[in-house]
This record gives sequence, C-alpha cells and structure tokens, in this order.
Amino acid sequence: MARIQLKDLRKSYAGQEVIHGITMDIENGEFVVIVGPSGCGKSTLLRMVAGLEGITSGTISIGDRVVNDLEPRQRDIAMVFQNYALYPHMSVRENMAYGLKIARMSKDEIDQRVAKAATMLELEPYLDRKPRALSGGQRQRVAMGRALVREPAAFLLDEPLSNLDAKLRVQMRLQIKDLHQRTGQTTLYVTHDQVEAMTLADRLIVMNKGVAEQIATPHEVYTTPASEFVAGFIGSPAMNIFTVQAEKGMAILPGGHRLPLAALPASGQVRLGLRPEDLEIVDAGVPSIPVVLRSVEWLGADAFGYGVIDGSEERVTLRLAGSTAAARGDRIHVAPPEGRWHLFSADTGKRL
Amino acid sequence: MAHFWMILGVIIVAFPVYYVFIASTHSVQTILRPPLPLLPGPEAAANYGGAFSGEIDRIGGVSLWRLLGNTTLIAVGIALGKIAISMASAYAIVFFRFPFRMACFWLIFITLMLPVEVRIQPTYKVMVDLGLIDTYAGLILPLIASATATLLFRQFFMTIPDELLEAARVDGAGPWRFFKDILWPLSLTNVAAIFVIQFIYGWTQYLWPLLVTNSNEMNTIVIALKKMISFADADTPWNLVMVTSVLAILPPILVVVVMQRWFVKGLVETEK
Amino acid sequence: MRRTVFPHKVLPWLLLAPQLAITLVFFYWPAAQAFRQSVLREDPFGLSSTFVGLANFRKVLSDPNYLNSVQVTVVFSLLVAFFAMSIALFLAVQAEKIIRGKGFYRTLMIWPYAVAPAIAGMLWLFMFNPSFGSLAWPLRQLGINWNPLLDGEQAMALVVAAATWKQISYNFLFFVAGLQAIPKSLLEAAAIDGASRRHAFWTIVFPLLAPTTFFLLVVNTVYALFDTFGIIHAVTGGGPGKATETLVYKVYNDGFVNLIMGDSAAQSVILMVIVITLTAFQFRFIEKRVHYG
Repeated sequence: MARIQLKDLRKSYAGQEVIHGITMDIENGEFVVIVGPSGCGKSTLLRMVAGLEGITSGTISIGDRVVNDLEPRQRDIAMVFQNYALYPHMSVRENMAYGLKIARMSKDEIDQRVAKAATMLELEPYLDRKPRALSGGQRQRVAMGRALVREPAAFLLDEPLSNLDAKLRVQMRLQIKDLHQRTGQTTLYVTHDQVEAMTLADRLIVMNKGVAEQIATPHEVYTTPASEFVAGFIGSPAMNIFTVQAEKGMAILPGGHRLPLAALPASGQVRLGLRPEDLEIVDAGVPSIPVVLRSVEWLGADAFGYGVIDGSEERVTLRLAGSTAAARGDRIHVAPPEGRWHLFSADTGKRL
Repeated sequence: MAHFWMILGVIIVAFPVYYVFIASTHSVQTILRPPLPLLPGPEAAANYGGAFSGEIDRIGGVSLWRLLGNTTLIAVGIALGKIAISMASAYAIVFFRFPFRMACFWLIFITLMLPVEVRIQPTYKVMVDLGLIDTYAGLILPLIASATATLLFRQFFMTIPDELLEAARVDGAGPWRFFKDILWPLSLTNVAAIFVIQFIYGWTQYLWPLLVTNSNEMNTIVIALKKMISFADADTPWNLVMVTSVLAILPPILVVVVMQRWFVKGLVETEK
Repeated sequence: MRRTVFPHKVLPWLLLAPQLAITLVFFYWPAAQAFRQSVLREDPFGLSSTFVGLANFRKVLSDPNYLNSVQVTVVFSLLVAFFAMSIALFLAVQAEKIIRGKGFYRTLMIWPYAVAPAIAGMLWLFMFNPSFGSLAWPLRQLGINWNPLLDGEQAMALVVAAATWKQISYNFLFFVAGLQAIPKSLLEAAAIDGASRRHAFWTIVFPLLAPTTFFLLVVNTVYALFDTFGIIHAVTGGGPGKATETLVYKVYNDGFVNLIMGDSAAQSVILMVIVITLTAFQFRFIEKRVHYG
C-alpha cells in the first residue's frame, strides 16, 4: 500500500498535448475513480501511472519513489484490463500465479496467495480451467484475482466492468467495493459510467479533453460541480443548463420570464444550471418558470417530464412524483428551492 | 457424378506415384517389358533390401542411408532455421520500436523478388569465396532467409492484443519471458504449418544443391536420383531407381498427409 | 499499429541480425554483382573486364537462341497455368458438391505438392519413357511415333504434363478455400431465381472467385517460370534441340555450365525485372484483398 502523487503530469503525442498538467495526491488506501467521456484521456492517465505510456513532463511517485523511468514491473502495481487480457493458454491458476513466478516467489507462497484470492473471489472450482471455458463474469474475477495475488502498492483498473452485461456489472461493482474495504488497497479506477464512479469512489477525477475539471468526493461533485462540463456529465437525467441574462438580481430566462436568484452578477450573460429533481411544482402566482410539457415518462416511483420553457424552444427535464397527474400539453410552473441552483461563467464554464 | 469426377481426378493425381511404387516391387526385366502390371510384384523385399544394403553405393557412390540422412538434415535444418530467424525478425519488427524498423521489413520482404535463379552465378561465387561448397552450412544457411515466414509471423503477432503484452509487462515479463511463456505457446499452430511448408521446400530443393555440391557424399536424394538416370543405358538398374524414387517421395508426402490440417491452413493463410 | 512495445533499443537489432546478414550476403550482394556484371565484359581469360553499357543486353535480346527461349517459356507457362488451373477448378467444384468423403479426396489430392519438381518430371518420364514406359506403349500401339527424347513437341507435352500435375494440388486447395468463402445463400437465391447450375456457376461463382483466380494466375506463372527448372533439367535438359529451353534453364546453362558471364548476368537482370513485375502484381492484389476483407 502506498500513496500516489501526480505532479503537473503532461503527455504529448507528436507535439499534440493530450494530458494538460494533472496534479493530485492519492492517499494511502484511497479509492479514486477517473471518470469522463471517451477520448478525455482517462485511460492514458492510468496507463501513465502503470508505466505503459511514457511521460512527457511532470512526475509520478508511488510510495516514496519517483517512478517516471521505471518499467511497469518495477512500479509495484497490478492492473485489470477492460478485456481482461488473460493468457489464453494458461489455466486460471497459472494466470494468477504468473506474475509471482516471474518475481521468483516460493511455490508455497504462490499456492497460498492464489488459494486466498480464489476463495475471496469464489474461483476455487475453476482453478484448472482455461479462460475460454469461463463466462464473462468469471473471467473478470480471474483478472481481479491476478491483480490481487500480487498484493501491490496500488491497484489500477481500466474499465474493468464495461464488457459485462448490466446485471453482472451491478454484482461486480458491489464485489469490488467489498474487496476494497477488506484489503484497503490504494486503487485507481477508470470508467465512463457515472454510476460506477459515484458508487465506488472515495474521490473522483472528472476529466474532459485532458484536463482534470474537478477532483473531489462524489457528494461535492454532485452538489457543487466545479464547471459546466462536470455539471452536465454527472447526474442522470442531465442537469438543465441554459443561458440567462442577469439584471439587478433577476435572471431573465428564455421566453422572457423573470426569476429572482441570489448571487447573480450585476449584469451580463450567465449559464444557469438546474437539476431535474430541484425543479419543484409551485403555484402560478410566485416567481417561477412556466413549462409546457411535451411528454411524461412514468417509471413507477417517479416520472420524468420533458417540456420547453413557455414562449421559447429551451428544453427542460423535470423529475416529478410518481403520483403526478401532469400530462402532455399541460402548462405547469416550477422553481428551485433556495440555493439549489448552479451558476457558471458564460465564457469559461467555471462555477461562479 | 461428382464422385465419378473426383475419383477420376484422384486417379490422375495419384497414379504417377502409384506407378513408381508398383515398379519398385518388380524386377528390372518386368519393368523393361511394358506394360507394367497394375499390382505390386514379388520383388519388393529384394529391391528395397538391396537398395539399403549397398546396391545404391555401387551405382551412385553413396549409400541410400546417407542420401536420406542428408536430405532429412537439410529439410529439417532449413525448416527450423527459417522458423528461428523469421520469428526473431518478426518479433523485433512487431514488438519493438527502433530507427529503420520498416526499412528492415522491406529489406526482408524484397528478397521475395530475388530467387536463386536470378542471381545464380554471383551467388555461386560468394559460396566459393566463403568456402561453403560441399558443406551442410552451404546447403542450409543461404536458404533460411524467408520473406514469407517473416510475413506470416508478423501478421500473426499483430493479432496479439495489446492488453496481453501490457498484462505481461505489468506481471513483470521482459522480452524473453513474454516470448517464451506467452507468444511461443500461442504461435504453435503457425509454427507447425510453417514447419510443414518449409520442410517440403527444403526436401524438394534442386537447383541449389546442384550448384553447391560436387561430392556424391553431399548429394540429396533428389540430385542422386537425377544422376542415376542421366547415365541411363541398358544396364541401369531401374528397379533400384524406382526404389530410390519412392523413398524420395514418401517422407514429404507423409509429412503433408499427417500434418494436413496445419499445412492447409498455413498454406492458404500465408498467401493471403 | 501497436500501442505498447518493449523499450529496448539494441535487442531488436540482435534479433534481426541473422536474417539481415543472410539476406545481405546471399541475396543483395550477389544481386548487385549481377547488375554490375551485366554492364561489363570480361576478356577471354577472365583477367580484366571493361564497361560496355547495355551491350550485353543488346546482344542477349538479339540472340535468336534467347528469343527462342522466350517463346518456349511463354508457351510453357501459358499451357501449365491454363491446365493446372482449369483442372484444379473443375475438381474443386466437384469436391464442393460432395458432402461425405471430402477429406479423403483432399488427402489424395495434395500428394503432388510434396513431390519435388525434378521427381515429378522423372515420374512422368518413367510412365512415358519410349522404351519401357507403360503409357508410351499404348501410344505406340496406336501408331503414334512417340519419342519425347527426339521430338520437340512431344518433349514439351511431357514437361507441361509433369509441371501441371505437380501444381494441381496447390491450386485445388486454394479453389476449395475460395469456393467455401462464397455464401451459400447466393446460390440458393440464384436457384430460386431459376438459374440452372451451369448458369449459376458462370454468372455467380466464377466472378466471385476472381480474386483467387487472379492470385493463382500470378503464382502459377511464377511457378512455371522458376520452380520448374528441376523438371526441365531432369527430363529434357532443355532439348531436344532447345525445344524446352526456358529462360531459367538458359541462364543456368550459360552462366554455370558454359560460363558466359556478361550474357548470363544480363539474363539474370532481365529475369529480375520479370519477377519484380509479377511480385508487384501479386502485392497489388494482396492490398486489394486487405481492403475488401
């Protein structure tokens, strides 16, 4: 176990910078998830930590060592790959033992570690099978096991669940969480799935175009997103974000409606973000946003209403109670409770 | 109907081989009095026994054992040599990055366009200068460069997923361990296919041994056979010629038939 | 393009060294020498040589013997490629119709692949030897004056037969693979459209086989040009009277047996140009195939 420190980490391919200076301290035993859309550089960042990609500038330290120029095997890390990368000609046991064998560990020690990992992952019945005789979920567990037996300083996982079907993914997610709590390993986990990110992480790195937009706990990321990108990426259905005109403490919405909001700048354009669940139905008399519903999806416990702000084509998503009577064509009034809105700079996208 | 045509085809294709086998079981007198019977004759034991116990020495100056030994050594040597150096080259080209990498690839690839036939005389001179005439090294070494085998291994290596190499590197494997523990076991079917194709290639060499051997002792069985029939006169022991032909044909046919599955796959895929 | 590679810089050179050394010493150096000699002429004692430009080429290309050899090679190659491919295609189509026993036929069909070209020639010579060949005997009975050792056309027929026989296996395997790659649904659709089997073959199967056919055409041409040296050398020795003297046989004979260096080198260079052209064709084809696949 060890802490991982990234200092102004940069990566360029043929002069094109793809990772733009990332700095972060990952505490000992912490579970950090790197999340972002495809192509945001999250896998590249993980692979730089693993030593599979070179570093253009900056430093990576694992424990007390700067590992910039070390081979993957010298970094004391283990990795789980998206497609598992099991050795097809080796049995489950051999797959798990391979790294230990190379490290010239004694046979007893290897057997003991493999047995322990196999128990933890419920793989005992399959130890002598080849990977092709295993189901997707079992292969995934073998890949986990191969990493576990190493007892490394850090555990790196690159979209480990994205090749599984939805049901297995939930199961494995819980298992990974459970494993982490039992072993207390420092873990760096890459995913594009925000549910995985939110449920697993102690802290998140939300990445976009090679930049860490926000590094914070899931709760912070959700309640106080640092940028418009983070606000839009985390949360489902996505946050409603639109441009408003600030005017003496009033926001002029699309369609010309006025809504009083605290903390607005004196004038100019601002991006206003409102989560669907933060738009509550209010009486027509109070300051509010009139929405014309275009469709309502009823999901049981609750319902989603899709509409536009009256007098404009600005789309809005609302989260309604399951008992709602609202229907297509209705004109309803909604407003956020005090403080439950987000303001972002119209130029930089940063939180105001 | 299809069966009829296939049987006819097989008869045409297999008949010459069958014919020489039948001839090898008859006496010289029977062979010289056509038409040859269609069934094996009574002289099989005598012909084969005689051929192996010195009668070939008397006409060709070298024993049948030695000829078979030479040919086997050359065929196996060429096949293994090609596999070794083309696997090494393909490994370097696919799994490393270094200056002139593609230039090296093309340098190997272009040898496809330089068969022995287009450089006979100067190559012979090189062989003489290096003292390789009448040596096994001379018979094997120049033939083990292989553009086709290098291409095939390169193609195969490129299908190995990146993650497998990454997993191995994280597990601590360097180039040698990755090759030995992972790449080699995964390449076995390709190796088998190339072995068959190159074994046949080596066994059936003609122009090259003709150029670089003078001594009968260094002959391959194919060259020896050619020498036996080129001095043909009334006294040529045709029964022994037939025996030698059968023995020159049989080993490669056996290899191809036994390893048919890998051979066909390898052949059709190499050329794609 | 691989994402991950080993970082070593010297090791790859060590791995490449054996293959590069062999290609340089036994391929590139001699090929360069062939080029050099093709523009030089040695004095009769081989003591000195002078630059003569393209004189050797001019001499070779105006030599009636060389032109004869070009003609022999063209006739020989065309006949071999045509027969070896059409027989193999016919048999492959028949084999495709067979449900049981395909493997058995294939096993018997691939034998000739394993037979050395020189021996293939000898086998045919044994069968058609004018004095004791069992198949020459019925020809004689029919009143044909069969003697391939004296009659140029008969000699040509014999080497063509042997060369064709040897190449059928190879072509057969490729045509079978090509036929198997054609979706059965196409033939079923054609049958429903009312096409007869013969019609379906020429309008659907044959065009779809075109890539295989073209590939084999190049391979068979290369085979007929180069790999059949053993057949000619073992069976006819280029004779009777140069009737079967192909380009490769001639380059061997002039350079190695008669030791006419400049001419032989010029012939080598001409052959090299032919191989390069053919290989370029083949490569174009491979590239195409990559795009379609």
